[in-house]
Amino acid sequence: MQRFLSHYYLSDMHRKITVKTITLLLFLVSFTGFAGGDAEKGDQKSEIKEYIQHHLKDSYDFSLLSYTTDSGEHKYIGAPLPIILWDNGLKVFSSSKFHHGETVAEVDGNFYKQYHSKIYKTDAEGTINYDADHHPTNVKPLDFSITKGVVMILITGLLMFFLFRGLARSYATNGGIAKGVGRFFEPIVLYIRDDIAVPNIGKEKYMKYMPYLLTVFFFIWFLNIFGLTPLGVNVTGNIAVTACLALLTFLLTNFTGTKDYWKHIFDPLGDSMPWYAKIPLYIILIPIEVLGIFIKPFSLLIRLYANMQAGHIVLMSLIGLMFIFKSWIGSPMSFGLAFAISLIEILVALLQAYIFTMLSALYFGFAAETHDHAEEHEGEIQHL
Amino acid sequence: MEIPVMVGAGLVVIGVGIGIGKIGGSAMEAIARQPESYGKIQTAMLIAAALIEGIGFAALFAV
Repeated sequence: MQRFLSHYYLSDMHRKITVKTITLLLFLVSFTGFAGGDAEKGDQKSEIKEYIQHHLKDSYDFSLLSYTTDSGEHKYIGAPLPIILWDNGLKVFSSSKFHHGETVAEVDGNFYKQYHSKIYKTDAEGTINYDADHHPTNVKPLDFSITKGVVMILITGLLMFFLFRGLARSYATNGGIAKGVGRFFEPIVLYIRDDIAVPNIGKEKYMKYMPYLLTVFFFIWFLNIFGLTPLGVNVTGNIAVTACLALLTFLLTNFTGTKDYWKHIFDPLGDSMPWYAKIPLYIILIPIEVLGIFIKPFSLLIRLYANMQAGHIVLMSLIGLMFIFKSWIGSPMSFGLAFAISLIEILVALLQAYIFTMLSALYFGFAAETHDHAEEHEGEIQHL
Repeated sequence: MEIPVMVGAGLVVIGVGIGIGKIGGSAMEAIARQPESYGKIQTAMLIAAALIEGIGFAALFAV
């Protein structure tokens, strides 16, 4: 009986202490929430918002970090990149002429100014004229600049070239056995071959698509991972990059499409129906199938872009929360959240590369399908 | 940003969440029944989930 009582007493005390601690915590959180002037907080919020938007966009210089000195001067640490414009002749100059978008650059008597991360041709004062919808009406020269994203794509390309070239050579000299970092990459390559390419495309034709599948997988994966490093690049979260990748899948699918692939689109019912019964159905079916050709790569591009963009926004916002809270309770909490989201993002980086490769392989499988192949499948089903 | 648009996007995301949840749940049941076809079920699950996810992102970007 006594033991029971003492136990009861202890647990009661425990509960009281817990309640007290939670109340104290809540009090502290609410207190720190109101600390600091409202005006300052609003300022900081808009600054963080601007910072996130700047991070999501491609930029003309590779700045790793920036800060404001006490005298209100913006300092940037990083390197300028070359700007290449086509404006009645090739214009090549360094992006340091823009001073991070703050000044007008003069090249051979022409003036250029950055406005919302785009280059416009202006007069000497850098005036930008707007139309009724507040869009700039200035001339926009053709822009082939080596931006931050382009630099990252080139670096990833070179890295992949030397990495996999070295791996291939090590296989040749080492008697077909993986060596060094190859022991890490070999299972991944084999996985793409045995679990993505072969089941979706088929044993006869998968070799034709393997180079593309491997390239696109490692390209997306590496770029996603680079996006999580402090380099602060967001290449796969750029809709132009994902659009190009999806365009490659689209072209490969349709240019390697067999007779049966096109028959699937323009004559999906085949010989199972007389022609006069097909007409009313095909008025609906064929447009849907033709739209499908374009919707498939479009969903690829939107998926990769949106996933990476959303991941970066969430991560940056949580990091920004640390600076908004500025307290011993709020900041560690948002730090913990940011850390957890970072771990999830590492998974998402791999998952998105996998999904892109997987769906590309699936579409190639539709394109490479031959009639014999389909019959084989039917045979399998009957066999089961 | 208008409120009806945001509410609509929220509704779409609720639908997407239910959809992906159902796919995940069904995949788990299927794997529990036939653990040997784990790989095939996982692939099919990821494809279906990815397709639905696209709709959710389309809604979010409409906001």
